[in-house]
Amino acid sequence: MELLQVENLVKDYISPEGEVQRVLSIDRFALASGEQVAIKGSSGSGKTTFLHIVAGILTADSGRVCFDGNEITHLSESRRDQYRARELGYVFQSFHLLGAYSALENVTLGAAFGSGGDPGLARELLETLGLGHRLQHRPHQLSVGQQQRVALARALAGRPRMVLADEPTGNLDSTHAQEALELLCSLCRKQGAALLLVSHDPTVLAAFDRQEDFAVLNRTVKAVAP
Amino acid sequence: MKSLRALLLIVRRSLRKHALSTTVTVVSAALASGLVMAVFAVAAQSRAAFAGGPVGFDAVLGARGSATQLVLNTVFHLETSPGNIPWTLYKEVSEDSTVELAIPYAVGDNYRGLRIVGTTSEIFTKFEYVKGQKFEFVGHGEPFDETLRQAVVGSEAARISGLKRGDTFQPSHGVLEFSAVQHDERYVVSGVLEPTNSPSDRVIWIPIEGIFRMGGHILRGTGENFEAEAGATIPDEHKEVSAVMLKFKAQIHGLRMENRINRQGKVATLAWPIANVVAQLFERLGWVNRILELVAYLVVVVAGGGLLSSIYNTMNERRREFAILRALGARRRTVFSAIVLEAMTISVLGSLLGYLVYGAIMVVAASIIRERTGVVLDTFEWHSALVLTPIAMLVVGAIAGILPARKAYATDVASTLSGSL
Repeated sequence: MELLQVENLVKDYISPEGEVQRVLSIDRFALASGEQVAIKGSSGSGKTTFLHIVAGILTADSGRVCFDGNEITHLSESRRDQYRARELGYVFQSFHLLGAYSALENVTLGAAFGSGGDPGLARELLETLGLGHRLQHRPHQLSVGQQQRVALARALAGRPRMVLADEPTGNLDSTHAQEALELLCSLCRKQGAALLLVSHDPTVLAAFDRQEDFAVLNRTVKAVAP
Repeated sequence: MKSLRALLLIVRRSLRKHALSTTVTVVSAALASGLVMAVFAVAAQSRAAFAGGPVGFDAVLGARGSATQLVLNTVFHLETSPGNIPWTLYKEVSEDSTVELAIPYAVGDNYRGLRIVGTTSEIFTKFEYVKGQKFEFVGHGEPFDETLRQAVVGSEAARISGLKRGDTFQPSHGVLEFSAVQHDERYVVSGVLEPTNSPSDRVIWIPIEGIFRMGGHILRGTGENFEAEAGATIPDEHKEVSAVMLKFKAQIHGLRMENRINRQGKVATLAWPIANVVAQLFERLGWVNRILELVAYLVVVVAGGGLLSSIYNTMNERRREFAILRALGARRRTVFSAIVLEAMTISVLGSLLGYLVYGAIMVVAASIIRERTGVVLDTFEWHSALVLTPIAMLVVGAIAGILPARKAYATDVASTLSGSL
């Protein structure tokens, strides 16, 4: 069954000069429940905008985004916040951990705004990720690899049904990148969450059975010869 | 519940992260809160203490003039005497059937700035400063012998001067300050009084005859100058007193005497009832209090402004935090509430600390008032300002939090997250 359905999605921006620039034009995209898919695309191709629309952070100018059969495109901002809190996990390229909070608090906040969630899960996830001895450490006291693992734990702490990952390994060296990717994929599988990942890194993309080219998906992007 | 815990966590972490500005803001809120509480409490308690303190008399009979000055001079032992009245008037009222007790006061001298009051030994044997409560002596102290140069020292006067039973001292001329003119007469302390928490504690009592006979004192009871000679009796017509302290057998008699003295007479003034005279004085000085209240309110406004700017200044650096929280599913109203709650928390902490500031101000104010007047304030007496001020501070905090909270509310998640990539 399709968990995420995107149809005829259009997003325009108005440039500082006042010109309307189309950044997204996606005819159709779908993701099944528990499915893992990687979207490849170059920087500035609109991948992040696409994820923001799927997450309800931005709204589309036209088209539909349905999650589990419910259209989110026309939901109020407050309902979209709820949707994000209950159904989604988000992994950012630069982790976006909160500097004033401990690792455990960062992960706990990942599940704080939804209705479900398990209070013990945050600690359990960090322990699973080998950070049981770093629970009270603040982000600046952790290595880059450890910070990324905290970000992964935060994305999964609310038991989301879909995880969005925006260049999740972009700030890691190849060893840590591979490790983080494996952890992300296995944790999503374990929790039964679908994974929608965008990256321009071929080694990351190679880890996925299903790969989509954003240049094909988004008709506003001119395909670049490999 | 989970959301509330998250809110509290956000507030706690922000306060910790901005510990210095939080501390400064909390302290300024505490000063504002403490000041407002103290202004109201000091005003109310001073009024209560001055108007309802242990006076023990119903009225003061003194020279024609201001009843307020008469009361200040005789009850609170402040200010100068408005003048004297003839001894015969004292004798007349003391024999009045409506008067339970009439005690003459004669002032004009001091010892190290402490007022010396000449009176009769009835002040120790008959006068009750609180119903059923007479002056009590420390140890084996006893009233002065009216025929000797003896003195009884109030508790605070004894503490300040260091005088104790058996000590001798020489009075100086004048009532207000240290005087260079020292009398030759030496007085022996016959006793020190236990504290009464009243202005009497700052007084040194001597026999009234001693004032009449003090070197250099001129008596004008007949209108002509008369100086007492050693060993010779002073004719009553030459004697004069600063005031006569009166206690009536019933309050209603005060009204009759007031009518007789103030309306029909021309030589004297009856200040009756004493509490009303003091209350009128406080009403006349009400503008001072209103200015103090205004200053206190302004301090609250400044504290509120400080609170607003201290939080507002962190908004830019915290935009990323709000964007991340929103991306995690926090609603706009959650980040808005977090900021308002943060401002209110600072107000609450400030108000709690404000009680310490209030306590400190009250202790200092009470000690100054006690030292200057002998009137004792009850530092920890209940006043509605002790509850209303923290509530008002909470409201000020919430209002001060609204502007920065609106900024947090308006955070654009997508552009902030993209911008910080």
